[in-house]
Amino acid sequence: MSTHENMTLHLKIWRQNGPDSKGHFEDHTMDEVNPHMSFLEMLDLLNERLMQNGKQPIEFDHDCREGICGSCNLVINGIPHGPEMRTAACQLHMRKFNDGETVTIEPWRAKAFPIIKDLVVDRDAFDRIQAAGGFVSTRTGSMVDANAIPISKEAADKSMDYAVCIGCGACVAACPNSSASLFTGAKIAQFAKLPQGAPERKRRVVAMVEQMEKEGFGDCSNYAECEAVCPVGISISAIAEMRKEYVKALF
Amino acid sequence: MAVKEKKTFKWDSQVPTGPLAEKWSSHKNNIKLVNPNNKRKFNVIVVGTGLAGASAAASLAELGYNVKAFCIQDSARRAHSIAAQGGINAAKNYQNDGDSVYRLFYDTIKGGDYRSREANVYRLAEVSNNIIDQCVAQGVPFAREYGGALANRSFGGAQLSRTFYARGQTGQQLLLGAYSALMKEVHSGKVEMFAREEMLDLVVVDGRARGIITRNLVSGEIKRHAADAVLLCTGGYGNVFYLSTNAKNSNATAAWRCYKRGAIFGNPSFTQIHPTCIPVSGEYQSKLTLMSESLRNDGRVWVPKAVGDKRHPNDIPEDERDYYLERIYPSFGNLVPRDVASRNAKNVCDEGRGVGESGLAVYLDFRDAIKRDGENTIREKYGNLFDMYEKITGENPYEVPMRIFPAVHYTMGGLWVDYNLMSNVPGLFVLGEANFSDHGANRLGASALMQGLADGYFVIPYTLGHYIASNNFEKVDENHQAFKDTEHESVSRIDKLLKIKGKKTILDFHRQLGKIMWDKVGMARNEKGLKEAIKEIQELRAEFWENVFVPGEQSTYNKYLEYANRVADFMELGELMARDALERNESCGGHFREESQTPEGEAKRDDENFCHVAAWEFKGDDKAPELHIEQLEFENVKLTQRSYK
Ligand SMILES: Cc1cc2nc3c(=O)[nH]c(=O)nc-3n(C[C@H](O)[C@H](O)[C@H](O)COP(=O)(O)OP(=O)(O)OC[C@H]3O[C@@H](n4cnc5c(N)ncnc54)[C@H](O)[C@@H]3O)c2cc1C
Ligand code: FES
Repeated sequence: MSTHENMTLHLKIWRQNGPDSKGHFEDHTMDEVNPHMSFLEMLDLLNERLMQNGKQPIEFDHDCREGICGSCNLVINGIPHGPEMRTAACQLHMRKFNDGETVTIEPWRAKAFPIIKDLVVDRDAFDRIQAAGGFVSTRTGSMVDANAIPISKEAADKSMDYAVCIGCGACVAACPNSSASLFTGAKIAQFAKLPQGAPERKRRVVAMVEQMEKEGFGDCSNYAECEAVCPVGISISAIAEMRKEYVKALF
Repeated sequence: MAVKEKKTFKWDSQVPTGPLAEKWSSHKNNIKLVNPNNKRKFNVIVVGTGLAGASAAASLAELGYNVKAFCIQDSARRAHSIAAQGGINAAKNYQNDGDSVYRLFYDTIKGGDYRSREANVYRLAEVSNNIIDQCVAQGVPFAREYGGALANRSFGGAQLSRTFYARGQTGQQLLLGAYSALMKEVHSGKVEMFAREEMLDLVVVDGRARGIITRNLVSGEIKRHAADAVLLCTGGYGNVFYLSTNAKNSNATAAWRCYKRGAIFGNPSFTQIHPTCIPVSGEYQSKLTLMSESLRNDGRVWVPKAVGDKRHPNDIPEDERDYYLERIYPSFGNLVPRDVASRNAKNVCDEGRGVGESGLAVYLDFRDAIKRDGENTIREKYGNLFDMYEKITGENPYEVPMRIFPAVHYTMGGLWVDYNLMSNVPGLFVLGEANFSDHGANRLGASALMQGLADGYFVIPYTLGHYIASNNFEKVDENHQAFKDTEHESVSRIDKLLKIKGKKTILDFHRQLGKIMWDKVGMARNEKGLKEAIKEIQELRAEFWENVFVPGEQSTYNKYLEYANRVADFMELGELMARDALERNESCGGHFREESQTPEGEAKRDDENFCHVAAWEFKGDDKAPELHIEQLEFENVKLTQRSYK
């Protein structure tokens, strides 16, 4: 692990012009990488250098750069979000790499997430799963006083453990089946833990699971790769919750 | 330079008459309604899906309007609101500590240094309670006490515990609540959602906002969208400074285009510099990370007493530490409002007592809190913030004090709106951080989330209806000449950017602009610096249009083209901010003019000359903008110099 000296890295970066074109890896040697840079700042710098030479920069998605918006979606050295546990790619810092190391950078790969350009993918499928049932149907202005619904601290905390999902899709990218079960399960489990979720619980789980299948995500075979790469540590128990809810909904 | 005369203000703020506490309910009783069956005949464009936009789009769709919603991210859920950490205020008084709508109103007006409208702020405090109810009903997992009631914490500028929170991810949970309501309406077909679609311009027909021009960020396609009203919910413009806590895509373009189409811009120079951010570590830095100010509940801010003391913080004994906020402000201590905390951090660093490699940082120390409450309690309250700090700096804040420094965080300025949240361009409404309305010259912590949701859930559903019911709408469609002309302008501008093929990168220009802004239009401002800033920005802008390199083409995904378009607008807005700061020769809230301070170095307001909103009107690219003054009247609070001592 480097801490002070600037480093040189050999990057292998996925380039692809559009959803239907063929992609390939492109090699770039990056010198003078400061170990305190973030991974995305390193890519910024690469793009600066490319453009200074009149070349096409590499497209990648990002926004908050604090691990909360879920925009960034890089597979680094084969691992979604890279080598550091519970860390989104945007929060990864170069001090986690070694001088002279070769680093491969790819986008999420899944049938349901087509590549738009280079490292940018289309994750609209997640929005559609959410739209199918990931909500409580309350109308603005038609609610009771917030403290009229007592919720134990344990239930609120548990619900929050699932609610923190950032919707990045790393779970799908890590899964050998490209399953979206962790993402979908987290939303279902969040509501399953709360009284507000109860009236629609059956409809919700059925609709969301159906949508998930329709989008072309695979089934879950309990590999648990999703949990390992989740940048916010969503537990795979979300999937068990989803299954429980689903079974309950059938009877 | 614009000449300032006390003329009457050209526009009407539409503040209802009657006692403060009754204004909003009487207004609601008096404004016009749209028949439920008629609502489906009206089309509304909502630009932005942050807290303000998502809540507005969902609520209007529920009422029956046809809504088209737009955002630049790949999903509505990723709006910048997602990053808010600390919490949201409401006057619930669940803690029984004497809170009330009046107190929340009073704290907000005072915190804003008396530069906002009483009526707007009172309404904000009034609907704050509904917001919490609404969010709980949606399944937002707010923090709870063991008994099952909602928990609260306190935030800077308040002596009460009125902030509701969901760990350190309050913005995320509130936004996901609003997003789920929005997606429910997308599913029902009442909202058509356009993600990765950026508004490039506003289309004005016969003086009214009737649509927008957008660019699809995947295909590059330029599109026209017509509607009966346009709601701008596009967030703040802190990224003018290049480095800020805002998300990288946060920008001013939509608001700036509206300004150039006639919407006046209120108090553009009012910027909030947040005291607790992780300091800059190097030239390559692309953004700054906020450490929620809720940390100031338990962390103590200090620097060494001696200039140039480079010892490890843990080796500096108690009596050689200066807990300067506790020393100078004994009653508020570490919880003074943001502007006060930021300025004091700057002062101690200017004295040479700053810490860290650059000397541009102060300590935020949890040692005493950990001793008092135990590491677990602290972890439970702030664990994710501590983790985030460690990821970025490589240091463990349970063992070594955090290093923090102020950073640009929020813009109180924005497009001018009346009490109905409508700009001076009829049919153009502005919600959330994009408007100038509620926070005066300084925003209190946990009040932006409150305002965004107040605007979207509880104000616009009424006031938009009033506008629609009070006017006749001629059919305007996308073939109208105004759409063709506006689209043509957008396309030409993109062509122009792509054709320059200069030598300097967009980032170079943005960094340079940011440096001018931070040095001369930042935490402390003076006449000389502001005049220089105006000149330097003009020169930089001229160079940009001759020498910037924008790669690629228009008809593909092209993030640097988006970026160039936004930086071009920042360079115009930056100049307006400097002009506004120059014109306002007083210190108030986050705006500190060195010429206007007390002998102790505290900000000195000048109510005689500046108790107003400065609203700027665009007069043409080569002309100075015109300044209009909306005088602020205070009937319910007495103006005092803020004191947190
Ligand atoms: C790190 C951080 C922490 C914060 N913490 C708190 C807190 O604890 N409490 C608090 O009250 N406030 C907090 N704030 C402030 C608060 O988060 C924001 O002021 C608020 O969320 C802004 O919401 P908004 O809906 O107005 O805009 P945003 O959330 O910024 O949303 C803007 C929307 O507009 C869209 N958009 C922008 N331009 C265009 C365009 N041209 N075309 C199409 N779409 C466009 C974007 O895609 C996005 O959907 C924090 C801010 C930051 C930066
Ligand atoms: S950029 Fe927001 S999570 Fe990485």
